Amino acid sequence: MHETDMTKALILTVRNWWEAQPERPQISQVHLTVGQFTCVEPVSLQFAFEVQTRNTFLETAKLVIQETPLIAFCHHCQQEYRPEIGVQYACPDCRSPMEDIRSGRELKINRIEYCSDSAESYASNL
Amino acid sequence: MHQTFDAALEINLLHANQEGADHNRAHFDAWGITCLNIMSSPGAGKTVLLEKTLAALNQTLKIAVIEGDMTTELDADRLRQYRVPVIAINTGRSCHLDSKMVAGGLHQLAHQYTPSDFNLVLVENVGNLVCPAEFEIGEHAKVALLSITEGEDKPLKYPVMFQAADCLLITKIDLAPHLEIDVNRIIANVRQMNPGVTIIPVSAKTGEGLTVWFDWLQSQIPSAEKIASKLPDLTSA
Ligand SMILES: Nc1nc2c(ncn2[C@@H]2O[C@H](COP(=O)(O)OP(=O)(O)OP(=O)(O)O)[C@@H](O)[C@H]2O)c(=O)[nH]1
Ligand SMILES: [Mg+2]
Ligand SMILES: [Zn+2]
Repeated sequence: MHETDMTKALILTVRNWWEAQPERPQISQVHLTVGQFTCVEPVSLQFAFEVQTRNTFLETAKLVIQETPLIAFCHHCQQEYRPEIGVQYACPDCRSPMEDIRSGRELKINRIEYCSDSAESYASNL
Repeated sequence: MHQTFDAALEINLLHANQEGADHNRAHFDAWGITCLNIMSSPGAGKTVLLEKTLAALNQTLKIAVIEGDMTTELDADRLRQYRVPVIAINTGRSCHLDSKMVAGGLHQLAHQYTPSDFNLVLVENVGNLVCPAEFEIGEHAKVALLSITEGEDKPLKYPVMFQAADCLLITKIDLAPHLEIDVNRIIANVRQMNPGVTIIPVSAKTGEGLTVWFDWLQSQIPSAEKIASKLPDLTSA
């Protein structure tokens, strides 16, 4: 359910960017990074995005979600490991607790891909 | 000619909520208020714990409550008996409190009372083990509750809240004799992902562990006396 709120926030951020562009370009893709150690379900996000962008400037835009795995660093073993979400978070070698999360907490709007059809705006971007 | 361009944004999806949370925290700090975000699944015992806490500490501390009950004023009404300000936030269909809702609550508090008169704001979040952990509200510490009837595996299955908690209360400990549950297993499961968390087993029914909770709560409030009592330590060191 919180994916609905997050999608609202996402659309607002993209809209702010879009409205700041003089040529109001056609946005084709919105790229997100979603960590696996967050409360966000990519499928729900995808669904909310589809519903909420209907009949808007993002109607034809595609949401591209890249998931990042949970990776922790064990200071005792001096190595990274991948905790098994739902099962085991401690270091599999020495059983030290998970303290240092190196990946998996990301919730980030990375970039926007957009098209420009007019030669004029193409030239201005050179 | 059809050309594709890229614009790098690199913006956190929750940045608006985060900014709101920082703003709330700045207000709390200016007023000298410690804010605790109390989270759990539905029915783990948040409201009963608040009732016990208000009954015990209402004289010692100046407490206000922000109640994130989904649709009703039921929980808020239970707490108003203790003669503390209870700001009820109707969260509608939302499954968590966000910083904007809490900002609305703070406005109400500031409108009806003098905020600097308080030193503790307890926020009861919406009963939900998943979402509230992702939305900061401007709290100074996160308190998670897990009732022993929920099972040993819950911290493993819903790790984000337990990983972020500063204090975990294992509630309804009085029911332990009736259940096949290993409290040490719960503790070990939480410590796997959050070794520094303070864990306190409590029963609102028998009162077990409550004084430990009250002590922890008071330790979160930087009082003038405490700062003063630390001074001799500094000089003797
Ligand atoms: N046996 C026992 N029951 C408890 C204890 N604490 C709470 N309960 C019971 O658990 C039920 C739910 O308690 P609440 O305090 O309403 O739980 P909550 O977390 O506020 O629930 P929501 O606000 O709906 O999410 C009530 O029937 C309480 O009487 C306890 O320590 N022991
Ligand atoms: Mg309640
Ligand atoms: Zn290790």
